[in-house]
Amino acid sequence: MKDLKIPSDLIVQCMHCGMCLPVCPTYNLNFLEKSSPRGRIRLIKEVEDGALPITDDFIDEMYFCLDCQACQTVCPAGVKYGKLVESARIKIFELGFDRQALVKKMIFRIVFASKFVFKMIARFVKLYQKSISKFIRKIKIDRVLPEKLIRVEELAPKISDKFSDEILPEILKPNGEAKYKVGFLTGCFMNVMYSEINIDSVEVLLENMCEVYIPRNQACCGSVMAHYGDIKIAKELAKKNIIEFSKYKLDAIVVNSAGCGAFMKEYGELFKDEKDESLREKAENISEITKDINEFLYEIGFKKPNAELDLKVTYHDACHLAHTQKITSQPREIIKSIPGVKFVELNESTWCCGSAGIYNILRYEDSMKILDRKIKNILETNAEIVLTANPGCHAQIEYGLKKAGVNMKVMHPISLLNIAYKMMKNLDKDLVESYNEILRNRD
Amino acid sequence: MDAKVIRRLEEIVGKEKVLTSIENRIAYSYDATPALAGLPDAIVIPETPEHVSQILKLANEEKFIVVPRGSGTGLSGGSVPSSNSIVLLMNRWRKILEIDKENLTALVEPGVITAQLHQEVEKYGLFYPPDPGSMTISTIGGNVAENAGGLRGLKYGVTKNYVLGLEVVLPTGEIINIGGKNVKDVAGYNLKDVLIGSEGTLGVFTKILLKLIPKPQSSRTLLAFFNSIKEAGKTVADIIASHITPATLEFLDNTTIRCVEDYARLGLPTNAGALLLIEVDGHPAQVEEESEKIEKICVKNGATDYKIAKSENEALKLKTARRSAFAALARVKPTTILEDATVPRSFVPEMVEKIQEIANKHQIIIGNFGHAGDGNLHPTALTDERDKEEMKKVEMAFEEIFDYAIKLGGTITGEHGVGLAKKKFLEKQFAEPAIEFMRNIKRVLDPNGILNTGKIFELKPRCEGRLPSSREQIEKYANLWT
Repeated sequence: MKDLKIPSDLIVQCMHCGMCLPVCPTYNLNFLEKSSPRGRIRLIKEVEDGALPITDDFIDEMYFCLDCQACQTVCPAGVKYGKLVESARIKIFELGFDRQALVKKMIFRIVFASKFVFKMIARFVKLYQKSISKFIRKIKIDRVLPEKLIRVEELAPKISDKFSDEILPEILKPNGEAKYKVGFLTGCFMNVMYSEINIDSVEVLLENMCEVYIPRNQACCGSVMAHYGDIKIAKELAKKNIIEFSKYKLDAIVVNSAGCGAFMKEYGELFKDEKDESLREKAENISEITKDINEFLYEIGFKKPNAELDLKVTYHDACHLAHTQKITSQPREIIKSIPGVKFVELNESTWCCGSAGIYNILRYEDSMKILDRKIKNILETNAEIVLTANPGCHAQIEYGLKKAGVNMKVMHPISLLNIAYKMMKNLDKDLVESYNEILRNRD
Repeated sequence: MDAKVIRRLEEIVGKEKVLTSIENRIAYSYDATPALAGLPDAIVIPETPEHVSQILKLANEEKFIVVPRGSGTGLSGGSVPSSNSIVLLMNRWRKILEIDKENLTALVEPGVITAQLHQEVEKYGLFYPPDPGSMTISTIGGNVAENAGGLRGLKYGVTKNYVLGLEVVLPTGEIINIGGKNVKDVAGYNLKDVLIGSEGTLGVFTKILLKLIPKPQSSRTLLAFFNSIKEAGKTVADIIASHITPATLEFLDNTTIRCVEDYARLGLPTNAGALLLIEVDGHPAQVEEESEKIEKICVKNGATDYKIAKSENEALKLKTARRSAFAALARVKPTTILEDATVPRSFVPEMVEKIQEIANKHQIIIGNFGHAGDGNLHPTALTDERDKEEMKKVEMAFEEIFDYAIKLGGTITGEHGVGLAKKKFLEKQFAEPAIEFMRNIKRVLDPNGILNTGKIFELKPRCEGRLPSSREQIEKYANLWT
């Protein structure tokens, strides 16, 4: 990275009106200006002007931010705050100021960068969850293990028995004439922890007459790395995906993780200065055709289910869906289209849950305070299921509910839609069973 | 600032409540006013009125300036720190202490957010009308200190009309209570009105007793579009003349409409020359009758389109968009200098025209919107503070705008306060004895000049007097000596 200068146009756009303060989760934790978007932009400005060196406190502030971008939604002046804080993180990372850089680099470049390694680790975690965990607790070794490690263990949701990319073939054809040709991103977490959501998504796409392409060599989308400032590896992975997905002539690339979808929509921007013209064009094209699954289904006029589901549900807006991609009504429309489902609006539904990539591991205490507020709001809805369309939020809310000792199910809206489709045909035993289980829990 | 002073501040409020890091100082060096900043030496977070009192006493002893601050949304530089100062951070005082449903009052701490107070009292069918543009984050303490206005000012008045009582820490550290729940109360001087709008220079509010009124039974939000500002202005005049007092009567010019549309995507016609946002409230029958009358007046004055908000949600969206108009204007150019020149309302059309003329003359962009019903205009220059030459032009244009407003019997600020931003214009509006009256009050209450000194006016030594500003005056002085 030769030029790490943050464009001053982006910075001066902020007129420090303060409208961003009430929606900022971190400002609302400590009520300190430096922990607000307005304050952070000012600090970035001083760093860019050379009036403030990159201090520990500056670095801490940049990573204290969850990058939820709620401030961007309310900003009347249209400040691109996400871009600013991400640029600042790139600067911190590239210049070697970040003390955790080595650990992060290791996670990003070894774990996420290779699907093989990622899945290996997932398999180990699976083994651990199945047997070693109990053993460790039995011999009480957990008391001497580092606290952070214990938390990672607790925060990690159960690894799926089979990973979705190992079940799903490269090309799937719908039952009848295909209307759309779509690519599908299996993702990292979705693939190993929520592989059933991926399978639900593909089934729903097939039900909606889509021919689904799942490139074998697709990589992690790169969003987690980019958000933490490791732009180099993020770009490498993005490039890989651009090439893989460009092999087919697709109408859309459908993504069911809010964070991944948001980042893939930025691929064009990421490669805007790329010298290789064909790569640049491909990147732009990928950005253009990338759709969140809720957005895509809504746009094509998805098939309305006609089986009735007697459920009370609520919906949590994932930050990267609501604030970054501005998708809020589509998932609600999909949920409300299911007959019998009673939809209760969640108070502060667009308030971050505190997951934010690996924030909940790196900044556990802050993350938990933010989560508590979310869980309190969720419990007030008295819903049976909380729906959300991002694996990070999914895991975080599951953890919060477990901590609160509440037996409420977390689900992707598309999984619920798939249940409704299945009930229509009364086919899939597992899904029908999961619905019945919710009904049984009522008593 | 001396390390010893910092230590003594830490003794008062606790070590972790005194912030001195450069990052914190930078973060409190500004408020919402463009192009103004100053670094404080420390930020102090008091928790009780006694803390505030002790801090002010220490300031008198050690001679440093105390700058009170809520959320920092002010638009006159009122909470921008001066040199040798500390910021007194009041934004954590967020308790609503009492809502008295029988006497219709609310007792609150100064850091309560205006919009939150609205929500709380409305749960009881009560109403706190002042609604400044920044109400989702501005604090009641700041509203009282600046005597903030808002969109509902036309019918319901401004903050001062709702303050019944105050607990104040005086600049010298004494804690006093004035006012109370009595609707009528004439015991002693009317000190409340001296403190309200004193811009943090005469006292720090620690408790505020507010008057509430019953929530209007119903309301309706209307939108009317015009080809020109002139037609919109005429409509405003006609509505007022027909003895209808809408709760809100706002106008936006074309530049503002386009920016607001770009932000809020409400489907406003971006080619309209002007629009009026009107809200009538009260008894349903009255609302019905008044909105019909208003529609007729709009049509008569050439409204190209006329709409009634279909739902409460839609009305809310429209009003929210209007509230964000000033920041939305920042989409055109990075720096928006928002002023609040105000004229008696019959002069609104004339003033609006003049502002446009001045903008054209100086070749700068001035978006215009405002509370047309109460004469409070917000000419907003769209510029870039990095462009020094253009900033100079903006400055000259505003000088002319204020001059013209004063000529029409108006004021240099309708709701933002004088602060640092408009200090130099105050002398244009008031004769010297009036300003000296203000200075005298400040001198008596704050003999060491520690509380937000440097705002509103300069505290010159008493003997200096006003310097001559024209050749005529100089000659007059010269003649005295010969």
